[in-house]
Amino acid sequence: MREISFSEATLEAMKEEMERDEKVFIMGEDIARQGGIFGQFRGLPQLFGTERVRDTPITETAIVGAGVGAAMAGMRPVVDMHFADFLGVAMDEVFNQMAKIRYMFGGQTTMPLVLRAPDGIARSAAAQHSQSIEAWFLHVPGLKVVIPSNPADAKGLLKSAIRDDNPVIYFEHKGLFPMKGKVPDGEHFVPIGKADVAKEGTDLTIVSYSLMMNRVKEAGKILEDKGIKAELIDLRTISPIDKETIFESLAKTKKLMVVHEAVKIGGVGAEIAAMAAEEMLDYLDAPIKRLGAPFVPVPFSPALEKLVKIQTDDIVQAAEELCR
Amino acid sequence: MDKLNSKVVKYFYTTMIRIRKFEETINEYFLKGEIPGFVHLYIGEEAIGTGVCANLRDTDFITSTHRGHGHTIAKGAKVKYMMAEIFGKRTGYCKGKGGSMHIADFSVGMLGANGVVGGGYTLATGAALASKLQNKDNVSVCFFSDGASNRGTFHEAINMAAAWKLPAIFVCENNQWASTTPYRTTTAIENIADRAIGYGIPGVIVDGNDVFEVYKEAEKAVDRARSGGGPTLIEAKTYRIKGHFVGDPEMYRTKEEVKKVMEENDPIARFKEKATEKGLMTEKEMQEIDKKIEKEINEALKFASESPSPEPEELYQDLYV
Ligand SMILES: Cc1ncc(C[n+]2csc(CCOP(=O)(O)OP(=O)(O)O)c2C)c(N)n1
Repeated sequence: MREISFSEATLEAMKEEMERDEKVFIMGEDIARQGGIFGQFRGLPQLFGTERVRDTPITETAIVGAGVGAAMAGMRPVVDMHFADFLGVAMDEVFNQMAKIRYMFGGQTTMPLVLRAPDGIARSAAAQHSQSIEAWFLHVPGLKVVIPSNPADAKGLLKSAIRDDNPVIYFEHKGLFPMKGKVPDGEHFVPIGKADVAKEGTDLTIVSYSLMMNRVKEAGKILEDKGIKAELIDLRTISPIDKETIFESLAKTKKLMVVHEAVKIGGVGAEIAAMAAEEMLDYLDAPIKRLGAPFVPVPFSPALEKLVKIQTDDIVQAAEELCR
Repeated sequence: MDKLNSKVVKYFYTTMIRIRKFEETINEYFLKGEIPGFVHLYIGEEAIGTGVCANLRDTDFITSTHRGHGHTIAKGAKVKYMMAEIFGKRTGYCKGKGGSMHIADFSVGMLGANGVVGGGYTLATGAALASKLQNKDNVSVCFFSDGASNRGTFHEAINMAAAWKLPAIFVCENNQWASTTPYRTTTAIENIADRAIGYGIPGVIVDGNDVFEVYKEAEKAVDRARSGGGPTLIEAKTYRIKGHFVGDPEMYRTKEEVKKVMEENDPIARFKEKATEKGLMTEKEMQEIDKKIEKEINEALKFASESPSPEPEELYQDLYV
């Protein structure tokens, strides 16, 4: 299998889907002329023209809202948010329009719209350009939320998202764009709603996603050397959460840890912990452990920024405590 | 211009040079890898922040943008604390929590740079509302650029400020570029100032690279706002000389285009020409200021590099009162 970057993997997905279906188009700020901040749109306007690869004004409200409108009128838009942080600008369009229209109107329309949202901490971009806000969207019925951790999943999930008739928010960690990895040739899909058991184990279950999944994999290796066999689950989709895969694992390992870059309080880990406590308490033989950022905005100074990032060692240490 | 006193003229030159030298230094140290994060430079647009802020008092407010160093300096902030902030040090204005994109100095009414494009309109409007509610005669200025003029907040804030006759001034620095996107590809009209008619407020266009012009038009707008006349929309035509951010490969425009503007329309060169021609300042006076600023910037640099980084326990400070 060939190795390509995360950014190239998303580009392939876009190319294949735009070639296949004329209804697929993309709009966002600085995507055509610049090719995207992370090069993730490079070459698309040359292939498909600037009608289908549109640079927009700085107007997130309108681009998300217009995406909703275009989806209702028969197109399959992909909208780039530039930075996930700017989803906030278009929040009404996201949670009152995009998420609810199909249900409110009794199923009269589909909503084949994908929002791409580069998120996470990278290069000291400070409080308004570093956030991991995926958990906000778990609380909104009607949305699907996917969040790949590697190039193959980036491609497979993006293709699935574009083909899905429901609205999908696609979070892509800024730190992942340059990451290289094996990606199958040709058509490659990763189903939405299905987690991946990245590594089997018997001693504890570690659930994670996105960039952090890579830290978790590193931790898994270190733990192995220390004689702890961790089962590692890459969620891939955080709405809907693949309960079955997590529960199956818990039935085996009896210990649960969830790791994410986002603020711990009210995060995805809280939902997973609650699910496990509700339905799997009899199986658990240790308290559930969550690792997430402290309850502060992401500070600018590297000296402080590093304190809000979960490191591989933190994961190892927490796992050891759990297995003690 | 005859009315201009020598203090104001000196402020023009000192402030523009201070901004230019500060920015050149930041540019250099960013490229050396000593500055974290992202930095957006104001070089070539100095006349706008300077000409507008020359009309303001410490008790007046401004809101700024991601390209905020110039506004901050023009409003009277100290370069040493700015420099320390940009270097991520605990002695900086925001104790290292903000960085270049989030500098503020509330002690001089500088209510913050903003990482969210178009984030400032509503905040400036709110500050103007506070002035009105407290029967104070201070004004609020919102700086923004052409790209930001397409945010919905532009409309919502200006409409509200106009309807309530708030002491707010909206200053568009139309530098022709929003990142890689030319202004005219995202807007169907030539002049952003023309939108003022839709709010029933004056809309004026000024040469943004002529500090005297900017000063004159801003003076009218500030007087109007202070005396209860309501908002003005000023569009200052300028050009973004530097890349969108330091390190921008600038694939979207030619070097010639940029060079031409710098050669023919550098606001500092134009000031010098006019000031000497009219006998407002001598070459010698300017050189003295140059020297003073150089010293000041070097001291700021030293202060910033010698300052300590924030301590771990500071992570949780200032989240709540
Ligand atoms: C709401 C929002 N959308 C997008 C961005 C990303 N962004 C930062 S600066 C910029 C261009 C801004 O252009 P303009 O307002 O003209 O200001 P200039 O950079 O020219 O000073 C963009 C798109 C942002 N910071 N905030």
